[in-house]
Amino acid sequence: MSILLDKNSKVIVQGITGAEGSYHTGRMLEYGTKIVGGVTPGKGGQKSEHGLPVFDTVAGALEATGATHTCIFVPPPYAADALFEAYEAGIMLAVCITEGIPVHDVLRVVGTTPGMRIIGPNCPGLISPGKSSIGIMPGHVFTEGEVGLISRSGTLTYEVVDGLTRAGLGQSTCVGIGGDPIIGSTFVDCLREFANDPQTRALVLCGEIGGSDEEDAAAFIKEHMPGMPIVSFIGGRNAPTGKSLGHAGAIISGSFGTPESKIAAFQAVGVPVADRPSQIPELLKGALLVGAVR
Amino acid sequence: MNLLEYQGKELFKRAGIPVPRSAHFHTADEVAEFVSQNPGAWVIKAQVLIGGRGKAGGIKFAENAEQARDAASKILGMTIANRQNPRGEVVRSLLVEEKLAIAKEAYCAITVDRATKTPVLMASPHGGMDIEEVAEHHPDSIAKHFAQTSIGYSPFIGRELAFSSGLDPGYRKTFPAIAGGIYDLFFDYGAKLVEINPLVLTNDGRVIASDAKVELDDDALYKHPELKKWQAELPLDEDEELAVKAGLGIRNFRRFDGTVGTMANGAGLAMATMDAVINADGKYANFLDVGGGADAQRVRNCYELIVNNTGARSLFINIFGGITRCDEVAKGIVDALQTTTSRKVPLVIRLTGTNEELGRKILADAGMTPVETMDDGAQEAVRLAA
Repeated sequence: MSILLDKNSKVIVQGITGAEGSYHTGRMLEYGTKIVGGVTPGKGGQKSEHGLPVFDTVAGALEATGATHTCIFVPPPYAADALFEAYEAGIMLAVCITEGIPVHDVLRVVGTTPGMRIIGPNCPGLISPGKSSIGIMPGHVFTEGEVGLISRSGTLTYEVVDGLTRAGLGQSTCVGIGGDPIIGSTFVDCLREFANDPQTRALVLCGEIGGSDEEDAAAFIKEHMPGMPIVSFIGGRNAPTGKSLGHAGAIISGSFGTPESKIAAFQAVGVPVADRPSQIPELLKGALLVGAVR
Repeated sequence: MNLLEYQGKELFKRAGIPVPRSAHFHTADEVAEFVSQNPGAWVIKAQVLIGGRGKAGGIKFAENAEQARDAASKILGMTIANRQNPRGEVVRSLLVEEKLAIAKEAYCAITVDRATKTPVLMASPHGGMDIEEVAEHHPDSIAKHFAQTSIGYSPFIGRELAFSSGLDPGYRKTFPAIAGGIYDLFFDYGAKLVEINPLVLTNDGRVIASDAKVELDDDALYKHPELKKWQAELPLDEDEELAVKAGLGIRNFRRFDGTVGTMANGAGLAMATMDAVINADGKYANFLDVGGGADAQRVRNCYELIVNNTGARSLFINIFGGITRCDEVAKGIVDALQTTTSRKVPLVIRLTGTNEELGRKILADAGMTPVETMDDGAQEAVRLAA
């Protein structure tokens, strides 16, 4: 098993004929993702670069293909519209790669699309190794296994996963939740899914400065995930206050969003916090050996 | 994009929020002329984005033209700095404003609550100080309303906030309309924050927004082309400007005062790279995310950006190839070093991931050997910078 995505999930790509959409459609197909078509308004009836049917609307694509998942490569001004269209058509899970969507657009989308799981925006996507991948993650880094991972970052995820794979620790599902202040799925949203997945025996959480998502995750873990071995990492521990670094959401404002608060929250519930990414495999092996202390 | 006080107050006026009588000027002569024609007690306020202008002497009082000219010429041109921004900001314009007879100072704002993913309207009777301080010392005094777009704003929301936060009764009549005003601005402009701090109750019973803090969403500015003229007046953030010139996003480059330059692909990895430098007992000179799919030209631009604008004595390039191809990065590094006219600093390179072998070969042909891990690289870069 895995969460949110398996080898039978049928996926469409919104923005399939654009440069990014087309390139990553090819990468996802190579990985084995079951992409059944794409949407580009005005190009319905054509074939994509990889021979997939292109539809004018998401509703049309769903009617013809039965897709349940979508991957959105639509420029920022049109991304909210693409998400609303996916929701109305009945999509169950939308991965939104687009960076730079106005915050109020994202607020409107997440506030009015109950029942549709949104990953992102401004995220690298979602992968269930050996089964399927939606987004832009480099598949070759990942190996199928029993460790789940949730991360606010892209390349840092690959760094951590590479370490896990080298240490013989494969992954069940890895979710890149995105670096924006408002995101469709938080750590807690993903933890709920992992809590019900029998394949996932341990978890890695890659947080970073800003917001209170990590603190909320710690509270959830304490309450709902007794016995699950979990290791965490907090990026930007030495960043200054008041300036966002790269990710719009990675900002310390006053006493909020500090690394100290996040580290303390994890440690208080028995989740070790790695000082550097390279320590994660070792800490995880330790946690798997002794079991969680919660 | 943060607005200057006078710009924020201009928006307040449009939304029907009472603000002090005021005028905006660029010279001391204009200020003196205005005060001589409008006798009374005036406050002269530096128009800067940086915090702490009052302590730095950027706010002065005047009761006649002479005092006004004197205050204005002292404030104009001064540099106001604080701990977060030691380079500071030069004062280019002034807001001359009626001096209020203050009875009470309250707080009122609307922003985005990350945890609940909804806009939150807030009020507190503790105005005139940092709201984070209030949250720490008087958490119960901050009343919140989480906005539901289906209802929108209705005056009862303002009344509830006023009652539950314990605002002075003097605020009650006008507060619901003021809260409605910031609510409308927040949604009309797609703002990230609209804050009135302090919201003053005067001795004669008026409620007036004495300061205005408006943070707009850079990603939404395309929806408001009319704000372009204000954008041109804002102090430039040099780091952002440098980033854009190098072809990066505005948030992808930031300078600090250390000696170890850093370059990585992806914000998370770039932050972790800075952390690795600290773990190796060094100090980073910058944050730099080259972005996804960086080609040789962009890597070269980033090299120049760092060596020309920071105090880096070594440079740690940490690339994990996903979309970014290691061979492109290696080409950029070799090309930058062979053709640059900028100063040269010793490089430490770590390349892993897509096309790693090709990348390593390009570096080897140019006589460079990459390090194996991020931790090794950070240590080596710190050693070379010492």
